[in-house]
Formats: sequence, structure tokens, C-alpha cells
Amino acid sequence: MKADPIGVATGSHYIDGDHACAEGAIAAGCRFLAGYPITPSTEVAERVAERFPFVGGQFIQMEDELASMAAVSGAVWGGAKSMTVTSGPGFSLMMENLGLATMMEVPCVLVNVQRGGPSTGLPTLTGQADMMQARWGSHGDYELISICPNSPQECFDLTIEAFNLSEKWRVPVMFMMDECVGHMIEKVVIPEADKIEITPREFYKGDKEKYRPFRFDGKGIAPMVKAGDGYFIHITGLTHDERGYPVINEQAQDKNVRHLVDKILKNEDKIRIIEEDQIDGADVVVVSYGITSRVALKAVELARKKGIKVGIMRLITVWPFPESRIRELAPKVKAFVVPEINLGQICLEVERCAQGKAKTTLVSHAGGWVHDPADILKAIEEGVK
Amino acid sequence: MSNSKGQILSNKLEIPKSDELKHPMEGYLREERFPHIWCSTCGIGTVLTGFITGLQKSGLDREKVAVVSGIGCSGRAAGYLRLDSFHSTHGRAIPFATGLALGNPELKVVVISGDGDIAAIGGNHFIHAARRNMNLTVICINNFNYAMTGGQAGPTTPEEANASTAPFGCYEYPFNLPFLAESSGAIYVARWTSLHIRRVSNSISEALLKPGFSFIEVIAPCPTLYARRNRLGSGLDLMKFYHDSAIIDHNADTRDIDIGYQDRITIGKFVDKDKPTFLENKDNFLKKKLGDKFIQYTGQNWE
Ligand SMILES: Cc1ncc(C[n+]2csc(CCOP(=O)(O)OP(=O)(O)O)c2C)c(N)n1
Ligand code: SF4
Ligand SMILES: [Mg+2]
Repeated sequence: MKADPIGVATGSHYIDGDHACAEGAIAAGCRFLAGYPITPSTEVAERVAERFPFVGGQFIQMEDELASMAAVSGAVWGGAKSMTVTSGPGFSLMMENLGLATMMEVPCVLVNVQRGGPSTGLPTLTGQADMMQARWGSHGDYELISICPNSPQECFDLTIEAFNLSEKWRVPVMFMMDECVGHMIEKVVIPEADKIEITPREFYKGDKEKYRPFRFDGKGIAPMVKAGDGYFIHITGLTHDERGYPVINEQAQDKNVRHLVDKILKNEDKIRIIEEDQIDGADVVVVSYGITSRVALKAVELARKKGIKVGIMRLITVWPFPESRIRELAPKVKAFVVPEINLGQICLEVERCAQGKAKTTLVSHAGGWVHDPADILKAIEEGVK
Repeated sequence: MSNSKGQILSNKLEIPKSDELKHPMEGYLREERFPHIWCSTCGIGTVLTGFITGLQKSGLDREKVAVVSGIGCSGRAAGYLRLDSFHSTHGRAIPFATGLALGNPELKVVVISGDGDIAAIGGNHFIHAARRNMNLTVICINNFNYAMTGGQAGPTTPEEANASTAPFGCYEYPFNLPFLAESSGAIYVARWTSLHIRRVSNSISEALLKPGFSFIEVIAPCPTLYARRNRLGSGLDLMKFYHDSAIIDHNADTRDIDIGYQDRITIGKFVDKDKPTFLENKDNFLKKKLGDKFIQYTGQNWE
């Protein structure tokens, strides 16, 4: 379906990534936001609070992030397209109820404008150190989708994509921005509503007796209903069967948890959004994401000037990790260079998938600012040796 | 004896044929999930009965009533009700319910959960939902302990009472929940015991019909843990205790109704007032400020 024009601010804007993300969400049809203020993500909620009254949206500032994330799941079961927004400490507080959303298979978007951590860390400065938390932060086995934009324009475009993926796979999508992208002001072009493709939620309309809110046969994702439709659903965070009823045993656990993992991992190729440039024949491939991908570009440019064959792989979806693609490339290249604003997170995945067939070099940065391209260049130069 | 339509079958105690034997709450319970997990003579089932009768009495369209529970023995209530029902996380029933009520404003959302769930880990959500006058009916089953996890002390455990994490008796001050609810802004506040089942169901039906944040505390026996540890006898003994020590006083000042260990329990309807709800305030306020430009959320438009 196409976007509802009421939420689409068609035109050219000079706005930062946070504001663009808010516009993307509204254009995507998001009409519920529960959040709690935290730098550097607050502007997303602020813009939504200002825009929602004119588009028929429901904004609520909750008492904390535990409440915000729980309210998002509630709102989705009430039929709303929903999101929350946070940074570092708030992201940590959301983890338990993110697990609930995953277990209840709630389509929603959780925006994390990353800042330096741990703890209160660097409230106003950038970081990319929540990438593993986005994947593993809640307890138990599960999989979800994480997206990393690298510009305000992408904050708009990919927020829509985040909602679309969440509806398609009935899964929370982590929109992993960073302070740099969030506060960077650039031109953002918002197209006309009929140019914006929206994945609608699939609602069940059939026989009430036959409805099953979950489907664990590996053949698809169950459609949803909303509370108030007369289906008398029961939805729980406990391990459950396809009716949603708790079943506390090993067999039920196997079905339920494998479903949560398989629906994402087995469809990694369908979910995957990556950008590649000059990978064929490259000796070194720079794997990066978010703001760092823009800094890496400079380093690659300098390396190419020196005659080094460098390819670029930019992860737009970081989770599920494009495992098969790295495995495929590893025997063909000498090294992967992974710059990231943390002390080594996604590089571990690259290294794991490379299986020793190519060297993996981390270019770390503890946070607070972006890399010096010279550091990435150095790693590229060492990679070809 | 009567059948499900309330017709008298017989004045004598005659056992009807098995196909006529229907649970009086038939249709409201997920009988396919029975046996339930609750111990015999546990007070939670009684509160559930009170809720179903209260709901029936209220005349509300049950398709538009949803129940949310947290985690605990009491938190299992949602799972046995044939209504839209949600079993969320420990302490987060109220914010989950808040999202549900805002996501579909047609719903009357009810929270049924335990004292630990609502007043300890979820205490912050409780006071804020009351402050906002969110359109929720919160029923707190207070069994004076964390039953599900084995009888630990909680925020309503009376001083002196024994609990597994207060093995020599509890030395903390407990919450007085009606006072907390009233001072946080609840528009309807009542406390009963599970002995006062008719009052419980009447109160629930009243609360369900009131838009805004209503709160009903029901003191209920946990014979397996709280009562056993404190040698208070069986569920029946606790009912006798409620009978002897509960005093109905609708005019009581909620400041004065703390519950001491095996002391009198003041019960009654303490608060019943009207105040615009969160959504009424929001919509009216924004309409006033923004005029025709304001678009009210009446449910997600999926067209
Ligand atoms: C975050 C979290 N902490 C702890 C628990 C363990 N836990 C489950 S139920 C419960 C207490 C339940 O007490 P109450 O709400 O009074 O319900 P009751 O069992 O007494 O009815 C606790 C601590 C949990 N499930 N989640
Ligand atoms: S442990 Fe206590 S509260 Fe839980 S079901 Fe048994 S009697 Fe009821
Ligand atoms: Mg309890």
C-alpha cells in the first residue's frame, strides 16, 4: 500500500537525523509513540509530539523506558503502528520488554540514537557500542533486525523500511542511529505519498474459532488481530503454542524459540540490505556501518589513490548478519578491515564468518568522535601486505 | 441449583445430567487450560469469580474489555479468562495496559495482578497511571507476599509477619495501597477481602463503568506460603479471620487504614469521584488549542 498523505511532509528539508527519523516514522504510518527523554534521541520524540496532533497520532511520555517499551507492545496489540525512541541507558532499561515484544512477535520500531557508554558515559557524543546489545541485550535466544542509517536522508528512508520489515516479519526492528547521524543537518527529500511503499500489517479476518496468533510450522508468519476484534486472544511472554497458550516443556520451547530465530536467520537473504562497491578483485574489503561508513569512504578513496584494490561493504542491516556473504568473500580477499566506534563488536562477526580465510582487522575507537580516516587507511595498507 | 441461564432446575439437591452440568462462568473461562495452577483454597480464584460476575453485571460488551496481568500467581489470572488477555512482564502490566488502552481507545482495559507486581516492581507505573487518570481498572490481589517465587516479603507484608526473606519477621513499613492510590489521583478506590465476594463483584462492576483510573485492592489468602509460614491455618481459617477482623467503613480516611499483622482490616469504598481521563483531557485540550487542525486518534487507520 501507499503512504497516507496526511503524514508525509513532501518537499526538501534541512533537518537533522533525529527529525528525519521522526518524519520517516510518521510517513510510514506510525501513530503511537511512547518514550522517555534522553540525549541524543529526544528530538525524535519532540518532533513526533509536535506533529502527531495534526496527523491523528497518540503520543505519550511515559515514566521511564521500561514503561515505554511495554506500552509499545500493548499499543500494537491494540492495533497501532508503534515505536519508541531512546539512547544508551534507556536502551538498557528496555531490554526485558524488548524480549517480551520478541516473544509476542510484536511488529514495532525501537530507535536507539547511540552515544558513548557504558553507564551515563558520553551523553552528548557519539558511539556505536550498543551493536551487540541490539542483538543480545535481552535474555534468551532470539533474533531481530537492526538497521544503521548513515545520513539524515537515510534516517527518513530507512525508518520507513524499518517499519516495513517489522510488519513483514512480525519482529521488533532496532533502528541503530548514532549521535553524529542524529544531530547532523543535511538535505532530506521527502517524496510524495504515492511514491512511498508501505507494508501493511496482515490482519486475520476469518473464522474466530480457527484463529491462531502464532505459527510455528516454518511456513510463514501468522497474521495478527487486535484486542477488541472479538477473537479473545491470549498472548503471553511465557513459552507458548500456536494458540498463544503457555506450555512449559522442552518440546514447546524448541518449537517456539526455533521459530523466533529461524524466521529471521533463514530469511537473512530476503531481509539483507547491504551496499557494495568494487568488491570484485579487491584485496581488502572495508566493512562498516552507520556514520563510520562515511569516514571509511575517505580512507578508501585515499587507498585507491595509492593503487590499493579496496572494496567497500556497507551494512545497512547489521542484524541479521550477512554471514553467507562474508563467507563467500573471505577466500577471495586478503583482509577485512572493520572500523567501528567501539572496542570491537561487529568485527567479531566478520572474523567468525571469515573462518580464518582472510585476516580481520579492527579499527577501534572508544567513542566521542568519529575515526581519523588515516587510522583506517593504515589498516588497509597493512591488510594488503 | 440453576443452569447457566439462571433457571431453577430443582429445589432439591439433584445432580443434573452431565451435559447440563455447566460451570456458571462458562464462556468466560478458558476451560481447555484447566486444571489451573492455583492451590486449593487460594484466594485468587475467588477474585477471578468476582471479576467475571462484576463484568457480567456491568453489562459491558465483553469484546471491548481486555485484561492484562503481570507475573505472579495473581498474574496468571489473564490466562484463564476468555477475553482478550495479555500476560506481560513482572511489574509492567500497567504500562502494557496503558499502551493497549491508547492503541485502541474503544477498550476498557483491566489489570489484574499481585501486590508485588503492582506495588513493588511496578510501583512507579501504578502512581503515574493514577496521576494521569488513565482509563484503567486495576485489581490488586494482595496476599501479603511474593507467592509465585516462594513466599518472600514484599511491599505489603505487614510488620512482624514472617516471610522466606524475612525469616525472623518483617521489619519494613508496608504500603497502604488505597492511600497510595488516592494520593496519586485515582478516581475510585476500594478495598475488600476475598470473603466479601459480592462486594468485590459489585465494586468491580462499578469501577468498570467509571472512565478513569479505578483501583480495587482485594486481600486474599495464600494458604500455601504466607499462611503456612505464619501458622495462620487453612484458607478457611483465614476466611474466618477476615470475617472477624474486617470492618466496613466507607468513610474511612485512607491515611488511617494501614494493615498491621493479623490486625483489623478496614474495608470499603473510600473514593468515588469523577475527573476527565487522560484521553479526554488530551483530546479536549488539543482541540481547544489547535482547533480544526487537530485530528483525534480513534484507532490506527489501516486503509
Ligand atoms: C524482572 C523480574 N524479577 C523477578 C521476577 C520473579 N518473580 C516472579 S513473580 C514475583 C513476585 C510475585 O508476587 P506478587 O506480584 O505479589 O504475585 P503473587 O504471586 O503473590 O500473586 C517475582 C519476584 C520476574 N518474573 N521478573
Ligand atoms: S502459592 Fe499462594 S497465591 Fe500462589 S496459588 Fe498457591 S495459595 Fe495461591
Ligand atoms: Mg502477592
